[in-house]
Amino acid sequence: MSLKSENKRAYYIVSLIVIIILAILFTFPLYWILTGAFKTAKEINSTSPVWWPSKFVTDNFVKLFSKRSAPLFEIGALRGPTVPGAIRWLLNTVVMAVVAMILTCITAAMAGYALAKKRFAGKGTLFALIVCAMALPKQVILIPLIREMSTLGLYDKLWAVIFPTVGWPFGVFLMKQFSEGVPNEMIEAARIDGAGEARTFAQVIVPMIKPGIGALAIFTFINSWNDYFMQLIMLSKSSNLTISLGIATLQAENSTDFGIIMAGAALASVPIIIVFLIFQKYFTKGITMGAVKG
Amino acid sequence: MAQNSPTAITRRLRRKETISSYLFLLPSLVFFLGFVVFPMVLCLFTSFFDSNLNATTPDRFIGFQNYTELWKDPVFLKGLKNTLIIVVVSVPVVTAFSLWIASAIYKMKEWMLSAFRCIFYLPVVTGSVAVTVVWKWMYNNYYGVLNYVFKGLGIIETNINWLGNPSTALWCIIVILLTTSVGQPIVLYVSALSNVDPTLIEAGQVDGTTKLQNFWKIKWPQIMPTTLYIVVITTINSFQCFALIQLLTSGGPNNATQTVMYYIYYTAFKLYRFGYGNAMGIILALFIAALSAVQFYAAKER
Repeated sequence: MSLKSENKRAYYIVSLIVIIILAILFTFPLYWILTGAFKTAKEINSTSPVWWPSKFVTDNFVKLFSKRSAPLFEIGALRGPTVPGAIRWLLNTVVMAVVAMILTCITAAMAGYALAKKRFAGKGTLFALIVCAMALPKQVILIPLIREMSTLGLYDKLWAVIFPTVGWPFGVFLMKQFSEGVPNEMIEAARIDGAGEARTFAQVIVPMIKPGIGALAIFTFINSWNDYFMQLIMLSKSSNLTISLGIATLQAENSTDFGIIMAGAALASVPIIIVFLIFQKYFTKGITMGAVKG
Repeated sequence: MAQNSPTAITRRLRRKETISSYLFLLPSLVFFLGFVVFPMVLCLFTSFFDSNLNATTPDRFIGFQNYTELWKDPVFLKGLKNTLIIVVVSVPVVTAFSLWIASAIYKMKEWMLSAFRCIFYLPVVTGSVAVTVVWKWMYNNYYGVLNYVFKGLGIIETNINWLGNPSTALWCIIVILLTTSVGQPIVLYVSALSNVDPTLIEAGQVDGTTKLQNFWKIKWPQIMPTTLYIVVITTINSFQCFALIQLLTSGGPNNATQTVMYYIYYTAFKLYRFGYGNAMGIILALFIAALSAVQFYAAKER
C-alpha cells in the first residue's frame, strides 16, 4: 500500500470514530428520556447519575396517568369513558396531526398541479406571494391569528391549530415541484381520450405524484405533531391540550419531579419517532425536493 | 360568425383554463389567504393601534407610536441583541458542522448513511418539548448529568447552575438549538454532494488536483444553492427560537436569554399588548426578510 492510500485510510477511520462519538451524544437525550421514564425517584434524584436503571419501574407512568383525567372524546353531547389526561392528549394530537395531514395533501396536490401545469391569469403573482410567505416567520402571524380564531369561534378547538397548518404554503410549493415531473404528453393523451379535468387529475396526475404526496403527508404529520408554539397559543382547556402541551403544563407544575416529566416526554416522542423511522425514505425525499428552488 | 373566429375560440379556451385552474387552487387558497395572508395583513394593521383583547376598550389608532417605543425599550433591545448573537453563532456552526458530517458520510454504505442521517435528525423528530425537558434535567444544578461529567473530566470544580447563571444561560440555549438544527441541513448536503457531477471530479483528478482543491474548486460551487438554502432556513429558525426559552428560562435570569420571539409572546399573552407585540413581529419579519435578501444576493454575486 502506498503512503497516500494509508493516509486516506487513517483519515477515514479517525473521522468515523469522531462521527460515532457525535452520534452517541446526539442520541443521548433520547436515551435519557427513555431510561429516565423507568427509573425510581431515588435514582432520578441521585447526584451521581444512574446510567442504566437497576430495575425498570412503572411508578412514573402510574403517577402521570393519575393526573387530570378527562373523557376520551367529546363530540357534541356524546362523551367517551373517563381516561387519564395523557391518553386524551395523545388522542387529540393524533386527530390533529391526521386531519391536518389529509387536508394538506388534498389541497396542496390540487394547487400544485394547477401551478405546475396550467396557464392562467395571475399565476406569477400567486407564486411570488407563496414564496414570500414561506420566507416570513410563521410565528409572527400567530398573534393576529388568535383574534381571528376567537371571532370565528374556533379558539381552543383543534381546528384552530389545523387550519393555519393547512394554509402554510410549503405543501403547495413541494407539490408543484413534483407535478412538474409529470410529462405533458400524458396529460394531453388523457385529454384526447376525452377525460375531463377531474379525471385527468385523479387518474393521471395523482398516481404520478404519489411519492410526493407520501413525502408531504409524513412531513406535515411530524411538523404538526411537534408545532409547540401554535398549540400553546390556540389551546387552553386541560382536556383540549396536545401531548407536547400537556407535558409542558405538567413541567410547569412539577418542575422538579423529573420522573413524571420523562414519562410524559417518552409518551410524546416515541410514537412520532416510530412513524419517522417507518417512513424515513419519504421524509428525506420531501426535504430534498422542497429545497430545490423553482 | 364572429363567435367561432380563431381568436374567439382561443379566448374562450383560455378563460375555461383559467376557471378550471382556480377551481383546483380554490381549496388551498381558502386556507392560505384566510389563515396565512390575512393574519399577516392584520399583523401590520394592528401594529399601528393600542390594542388589547378586551372587547370593552376599543382599539385606538396611535400611528407609529408602537414602533418608536420599541427603540427605547431596553428589554426589546436586549432581546434583539441576544437573538442576533444566537443567529450569528448558530448559522455558521450549523452550516459548517452539517457540511462536514455530510461529506464524511455521503459515500458510506447505504445502511450506514441512513443510520447516521436518522441519528442526526432524531432531536428534531423527538419534538421541542421532549428535548427541552430532558435538557433541563441534564443542566440541573444538583441532579444534572452535565455537572457530573464535567467534574469527572476536571473541566469544572464545583457544580454550575447552568441555566441560572446569566453568563452561561444563553450558551446553554444555543447548544440545544444546534442539536435540533443540523438534521435537515445534513439531509440536504448528503443529497447535494451525491449529485455533484462525477465526471468533473475525475477530470480534476486527471489534472492532479489535491483533495482540498477538489473540494473548493469543484464541489463547493456545485453545492452553493444548497448552502444558500441552508443558511436562509437556519437564519429563519434561529430567529424564531421560542420553545427552548419559554420552557427553560422564560427569558431569565435578568433577561439574559430574552429573545425577540419570546418577548413578542410575553407582550401579547402576559401583558396583553397586542399592538406592541405585532409591531415587534413586523420588525422581526423585516429583519429576516432583509437578512435573507442579503444572503441571497451575496451568494449570487459569487
